[in-house]
Amino acid sequence: MVNKIVCLENVWVHYNSIPVLEGVDLSIDQHDFLGIIGPNGGGKTTLLKVILGLVRTSRGKVKVFGTTPEKGRKFVGYVPQHSHFDRDFPVSVWEVVLMGRLGCAGLFRRYSDEDEKAATDALNTMEMLDLKDRQIGKLSEGQRQRVFIARALAAKPKLLLLDEPTASIDKPMEAELYELLHKLRREMAIVLVSHDVGVVSVYVDKIACLNRRLFYHGSSEISVEVLEETYQCPIELIAHGIPHRVLKEHKRMG
Amino acid sequence: MIEALQYEFMRNALLAGILASIACGIVGPYVVAKRIVFISGGISHTTFGGVGLGYLLGVNPVLGAFFFAIASALSIGVISRRAKQHEDAAIGILWAVGMALGVVFIGLSPGYAPDLFSYLFGNILTVPNSDIVLMLALSATIISVVFLLYKEFLALCFDEELAAVTGVPVERLYFVLLCLIALTVVVLIRVVGIILVIALLTIPAAISAQHTYSLKKMMFLSIFLGIVFTTCGLWLSYLFNLASGATIILLSGIGFLASSLLRKATIGAYYF
Repeated sequence: MVNKIVCLENVWVHYNSIPVLEGVDLSIDQHDFLGIIGPNGGGKTTLLKVILGLVRTSRGKVKVFGTTPEKGRKFVGYVPQHSHFDRDFPVSVWEVVLMGRLGCAGLFRRYSDEDEKAATDALNTMEMLDLKDRQIGKLSEGQRQRVFIARALAAKPKLLLLDEPTASIDKPMEAELYELLHKLRREMAIVLVSHDVGVVSVYVDKIACLNRRLFYHGSSEISVEVLEETYQCPIELIAHGIPHRVLKEHKRMG
Repeated sequence: MIEALQYEFMRNALLAGILASIACGIVGPYVVAKRIVFISGGISHTTFGGVGLGYLLGVNPVLGAFFFAIASALSIGVISRRAKQHEDAAIGILWAVGMALGVVFIGLSPGYAPDLFSYLFGNILTVPNSDIVLMLALSATIISVVFLLYKEFLALCFDEELAAVTGVPVERLYFVLLCLIALTVVVLIRVVGIILVIALLTIPAAISAQHTYSLKKMMFLSIFLGIVFTTCGLWLSYLFNLASGATIILLSGIGFLASSLLRKATIGAYYF
């Protein structure tokens, strides 16, 4: 039996009575690497926030690690698209990564040696340990992205949610990031959200298309018809000679 | 200055200045980092209603201020959480209504309020022993709460959503933080007064922010700067017979200007 770690059944979300998600069914297994693609405003971020319990659903069932999203959160790492923090905020890389351990450390306590070790390991994984004393605002976008992933990893999550992780970084860094995620997936399920159809489907092994409704959910070979239904406009796919498909064969491209 | 210290009011003034510096040195960096200066202004001005109520009921106005400060912190907390669109307008309204209540309460009180002016602009030279004790208790409370919740407050100010995801009770802690601001306001009322509270809460923290990016260091630096400003301000106001609260603030303002220029000069030297 495959372990379902996230299970959404007929989930509806409304913002000011405008539907953002309509009857979404989604299940995520223990070792999934799932890409969710769809146009801007299609509800991708909202879907992640439903899993995190940050957005209230108006209808439907959400189970995360067999419990409510609020309780399941401690197994989930989250990397937001933009962190709204102020670039002058007085905090170092090290302190930001340690914040990932807040749930483990508990209220009224100092961080333990175990917390510090987890933060060090996470920074090591993301190859950011050298910059641990740098102020968070004095990093490049790509470096900041890595710090926020390290922060999520510090809690040793079983599910990692990434919202548009490649939106603000350049191409070589993007490839590096995907390589990293590829390594991480041995230890956790990964869900990443993107509007960038091509790149995502090369690396992930399952894809879901989201535009208020979840159109497709399955292996990452995806037909242009499904994409067009999701985006509701013709999609131009450049798939290295083979038209109308986003191909697994890309995997070698790195 | 030394011979002035033989007077009790002078010793109390010095002690009040130090206690005020500790309170705003600890809370000020959170206010500056989280950019809730306006919210803090709302809390402090609404507190004037409590001062008025104190006069009306014939109790210590600082006690009235204490209850009003906590009440306004909680209401502003609710407003800033619930009313997403007109948060600043709502805070502005509460701000004005609190001040107006104070004026009406004082108008209703028998006799006249001789040291009313000192609650608005502070008079560090008239702090009685009982208020020193209250300030001591409030400062101790502020220190212990921040000692216990330092890492949570840091995460809350940095990014509320991420803090919530990592399991921090963001909502409740935000209210605790606003209450700490309220307590700080009460500590500061005697020293610089309701209207000038914001200056002492933000200036030392803003100067510190120019020189360090560690919140902890900001706190220590702010406390040190606060003590320098209050002590020097007190001394100047004693020498030249100036209003103490205003002198302290002006001195802090000059300090901020000097620090900004200094920083500009050093950054310039670094780049060119």
